[in-house]
Amino acid sequence: MLEAVIISSAKILLLVVAVLTGCAYSTYMERKVVARLQHRMGPTYAGPYGLLQPLADAVKLIFKEDIVPSRVERVIFALAPVISFVPALLTFVVVPFGPEIELFGHTIQMVGTDLNIGILFVFAVTSLGVYGIVLAGWSSGSKYSLMGGIRSSAQMISYEIGYGLSIIGVILVANTLSLRELVDQQASFGSWMIWRQPVGFLLYLTCAIAETNRAPFDMPEAESELVGGYHTEYSSMRFAMFFMGEYANMLAVSAIGATLFFGGWHGPILPPVVWLVLKVVAFMFFFIWLRATFPRFRYDQLMNFGWKVLFPLALLNTMVTAALVML
Amino acid sequence: MTIDTIIFGISAVVAIFSAVMMIGQRNPVASVLYFIVSLVAQAVLYVQLGALFLGAVLIIVYAGAILVLFLFVIMILNLRGSEDLGTGSPPLSRLTKFLVAGLFVVELGFIVRNSVFSNVSTGVVNLPESFGSVEEVAKLIFMKYLYPFELTSILLLTAIVGAVVLAGKKVLQDTEGTGSEKDNVKPPAKEVKS
Repeated sequence: MLEAVIISSAKILLLVVAVLTGCAYSTYMERKVVARLQHRMGPTYAGPYGLLQPLADAVKLIFKEDIVPSRVERVIFALAPVISFVPALLTFVVVPFGPEIELFGHTIQMVGTDLNIGILFVFAVTSLGVYGIVLAGWSSGSKYSLMGGIRSSAQMISYEIGYGLSIIGVILVANTLSLRELVDQQASFGSWMIWRQPVGFLLYLTCAIAETNRAPFDMPEAESELVGGYHTEYSSMRFAMFFMGEYANMLAVSAIGATLFFGGWHGPILPPVVWLVLKVVAFMFFFIWLRATFPRFRYDQLMNFGWKVLFPLALLNTMVTAALVML
Repeated sequence: MTIDTIIFGISAVVAIFSAVMMIGQRNPVASVLYFIVSLVAQAVLYVQLGALFLGAVLIIVYAGAILVLFLFVIMILNLRGSEDLGTGSPPLSRLTKFLVAGLFVVELGFIVRNSVFSNVSTGVVNLPESFGSVEEVAKLIFMKYLYPFELTSILLLTAIVGAVVLAGKKVLQDTEGTGSEKDNVKPPAKEVKS
C-alpha cells in the first residue's frame, strides 16, 4: 500500500517536472527555430546559446504586476488559466515512456497509470481544455477576449469530431484502447501504425494543430485582428499559465501522436525515454515549422475545412479501415 | 474506512452540491460550470463502479461537447444575470411545475424507502472481471439491444434534420428573394456558420 503510494507519487512528480521543463524549453526551441527560419539569431544573451532564456522569462513574468481589470468576473477570471493548463498536464499520465523496469526489487511500469481505456481518457481530458480558453474570453469582460473565446469554442466543436474519428482507425487496427498495448504492438520500425493508417495520421496531425490553437489555425488568439484574443486582459503569471498551457498541449498531442503512430518509446541503442523525447521534439519542430511557413486561415475557411473536408475524410477513413479489418 | 469510501464520499457530495448549485445560480455561466463539476464527479462515481467506459464517455460527450455548445450559446446571447431571464411564469405553468416537482419527490421517497428501509439484503455481488469494459458495452449495444440502439440513432437524426430545417428556413427564403429580383438588390449576407 505505502509502496504503491510512494511509487505513484514519484512518477507523478517526475512527470510534472518533466512537462514543466519541456514547456519552458519548447518556448526556447520555438524562438530559436523561428529565428533561424527568418534569418535571425534568436535569444543569445542569457547563458551559452541563450539557453537560460526560459529562466529569465519566468523571472521577468513573476515580477510583473498582476493586473485584474475592474469589469472581470473575478473567480472565473482566476480559474481560467488553471483550467487551460491542468488537462494538458493530465494527458501525460497515460503516456507510456518505457518498458517495465526492476528497481530496488519492485517491478515498476514506466507509465503514470496503465488504464485499459487510455485513449478515451486522453480524449476526455483534452476535451475539457477548451473551457479554460472559453471562460477566459467570457470572464474578461472585453470584446476582443469574448470574440477569441467564441471562436475557440466554435473551432473546438468543429475539430473535436475529426480528432476523435482519426483515432478510431488506429483503434480498429490495433484492437485495443490501452496505450501500453498499442506501443507494444509497434515494437519494430515496420510495424509503426503510420504505415497502416497514413490517412488517419494526417487527419490526426491536422486536427491536433487545430485543437492546440496553433498557426495556421490560431484564430482564437489572432493578434492582428483580436489583439491577444482570449488572453488580452491577462498579465504576469496568469498570462504565463496560458502560455504554458499552450505548450503543454502541444507536448501532449506530440506525445500522444508519437505513441499512437510512431511506436512510442521503441527504438534501437538509445534508452526508451530518449526515443520518446526525440519523437516529441520532431513533432514540435514540425509545429514550429508550420507556424513560420503558413499564413493564418480566414475564419469561414477554417469552419468549411473542418466540416466539409476533415469530417467526411475522417468518416471515410473509418469506414475503409473497418471494412479492411472485417476482411 | 478505505480509500474507495473516501473517494466515493467526496465525489458524491461534490456531485450533489454542484447539482443543487447549478439550479440555484442566477448567472447562467456559473450554472454551466457547476453542471460540468457535477458531471466530472459523476464520472468518478461511474469509474468506481467499474464502468470505466461509461465514465469516459460521460466526460467526452457531455462535458466535452454538449456543454461547450451550452456555453457557446450563452456567450453569444450574452446572458449575464437575472435581468435577462424574463418575467415569472403564468399561474397555470407554475402549477404544473409544482405538480411535477411533487411527483418527483414522491418517487424519490419510494426509492429511498425501498433501498434503505426494506429487508432486501444489499450484499456484495460478484461481477465478472470484464464488467463495464468497452467490449461488454459493445456486445450489449450491438448484439442484444441492436434494434433499440439503431432506432434511437434514427430518432436523433430526425431531430437534427428537423433543427436544421427550422433554422435554415429564413436563409432559404432570402436567397430565393434575391434570385427573382436579381440586379437592384444587394446579395444577402453570407449564411452564418455555426
